[in-house]
Amino acid sequence: MSELLLEIEDITLRFGGVTAIHGVSCHVNEGELFSIIGPNGAGKTSIFNTVSQVYRPQSGDIRWKGKSIMGTRPDRVAAMGIARTFQNIELFPQMTVVDNLLTGRHVAMKQSWLAGAMWVGAAKREEMAHRRKVEDIIDFLEIEQWRKHPVALLPYGFQKRVELGRALAMDPELLLLDEPVAGMNLEETEDMARFILDIRRELGIAMIMVEHDMGLVMDIADRIMVLDFGEKIAEGTPEEVQSDPNVIAAYLGSSDLHVANE
Amino acid sequence: MYGRPNLYTSYKQESQILPTWSQKIVLGIFLLILLAMPLDLWLTEQIPFVRFLGDNEWLPLINKVLVFAIATLGLNLLAGVAGQVSLGHAFFMGVGAVTAVFLGGQSSDNLHGLGLPIWIWLPGAGVAAALAGVIVSPVAVRLRGLYLAIVTLGLVFLGIHFGNTTWGAKFAGAPGLGRKAPKLDIRLWKEETPLINLDDDGRWLGFDVSDKAKTYFLLLGLTVIFAVMAKNIIRTRTGRALQAIRDRDIAAEVMGIPEFRYKVIAFGISSFYAGVAGALFSAALSGQVLAADFGLFFSVEFIAVLLIGGAGTTAGPLVGAFFVVMIPKFVETFTKWLDKTEGGITGKFADVALTGPEGDFGVIYTGVQTPGWQLNVFDWNIVLFGFLIIVFLIFEPLGLYGVWIRVRNYWKRWPFSY
Repeated sequence: MSELLLEIEDITLRFGGVTAIHGVSCHVNEGELFSIIGPNGAGKTSIFNTVSQVYRPQSGDIRWKGKSIMGTRPDRVAAMGIARTFQNIELFPQMTVVDNLLTGRHVAMKQSWLAGAMWVGAAKREEMAHRRKVEDIIDFLEIEQWRKHPVALLPYGFQKRVELGRALAMDPELLLLDEPVAGMNLEETEDMARFILDIRRELGIAMIMVEHDMGLVMDIADRIMVLDFGEKIAEGTPEEVQSDPNVIAAYLGSSDLHVANE
Repeated sequence: MYGRPNLYTSYKQESQILPTWSQKIVLGIFLLILLAMPLDLWLTEQIPFVRFLGDNEWLPLINKVLVFAIATLGLNLLAGVAGQVSLGHAFFMGVGAVTAVFLGGQSSDNLHGLGLPIWIWLPGAGVAAALAGVIVSPVAVRLRGLYLAIVTLGLVFLGIHFGNTTWGAKFAGAPGLGRKAPKLDIRLWKEETPLINLDDDGRWLGFDVSDKAKTYFLLLGLTVIFAVMAKNIIRTRTGRALQAIRDRDIAAEVMGIPEFRYKVIAFGISSFYAGVAGALFSAALSGQVLAADFGLFFSVEFIAVLLIGGAGTTAGPLVGAFFVVMIPKFVETFTKWLDKTEGGITGKFADVALTGPEGDFGVIYTGVQTPGWQLNVFDWNIVLFGFLIIVFLIFEPLGLYGVWIRVRNYWKRWPFSY
């Protein structure tokens, strides 16, 4: 169970003079729910972007199952089994829910454009088989009634769900969740937390979750890493992190550690 | 779908292009009418509009609609589905036309030509244009939106210039003169009598068929094939990947869709369509290959067809092509008819708006020359054309297809308002 899945080793990411991530290291084990928290601008989303190789860190190394993925194209990283959701919903708004989820199955599908254009038997069978998989996800996330609607018309909470579904459709081994409950009310947050726990229990997918909702993070995360100004200031179980003086200082905004300690 | 939850019983059925029987029957009847249109049948006589369009005078225009439809189906895959706005479509059509005339045309002292049959030059035109598209496509990876449009616009000028160089003229014909387009006749190889003669009037299966009608049948068949292929591409894996890139390119990449590869595919397929359409344009419509034909106005026209018909849909280019090609002719016929109507309408208009001599009512002047600020028929057509594009984009961004969806939904829900 606790085999090493993803290792991030001492990565530094700069944009001109701004250092977004400064020498951060962490790791994620198989089936683990790892959470990254920190104030705004701490570099949480940047970590996701380096893992999916949208950004290329200047130094350090990122290893997936022991192999470096530095310099790999984002679509190849996705094909390795790293799926992701976005902080601001990045669904394909003009496509229906089913089409969005089927797009998530892109990597798993193999038929060429020509086979698709001719609608040959193999392409047809593939479409049907993957449609079935997508229906499982629709069932799992309870979005049946939205199936044929263009995503742009869905309420926000459901869009978030569809985005989670699209990531799940990729059959990932690691799921990067960027603020899955941002902007949701209590009920929607509880629904989403339930889905996250279900994904973990039923599908055994490891997750990295960036989230500002401390209640959620402390409740469901196995381990937490705290970032501030691109640097790691703490890592550990929820209890350890909660009592860490650096974390308290970062969150309470105190510049004086002694004050926080007392 | 609204109120009919148990309609589909399998994914196979649901994913069909026409999922219900009524749709299949309606389309079947429509295709039958299209087939019968140019034929001298009792039935076609009974449907007023059909016989009228199937007339020899109007058939060339219908043929133009079909060629435009094929070209726009290709542009739709690139601009409508993949979101890469290209003004270079005329260039790829030109590449197709020149390749076709090189493969299928006759050679002479100053012209290259291999004299091959249509089943080689038509696909050859598509493949050559597709290759050109693939070569150009890396540009699209770096540029998007307006920048891409302007870069591809440059291609059009390069293409015309190339066609006018001494070397290019050996393929495309002398500048301003062009050369004879390849023959549409279907031959096995270079034999004297073609397998199927498309150049003269004749009898097919007991029907009298004019040469234009023969061309029409060929074009109709090709249009149907290309439309079905386009639809299939859009609804399968490739189409979804292209739409994903159009909507959110970074998210698409993180979903495992290689952006570069799919932009190359989009340009390739779209240019293939353009190449075939270009070859057909010169062979079936203008009868000549002329580099200057494939200019900027052409590219803009296809964008207009796409927007008026409805970008991103398969029906859009078909309806849009009909609309854009036929409207000028309708307007022209209409104004001519007004003019001919004895004193009648023309006179009354003239009485109201009264400005000029006979044959002149208000802003429209039906003569060839334009006295003062009035518009002649040709200008009027262009003004109307431009006006329609503006109106459509403001009121119905989905084009004629969007209008259709509204009408359909209205009847689906009737008598309820929603």
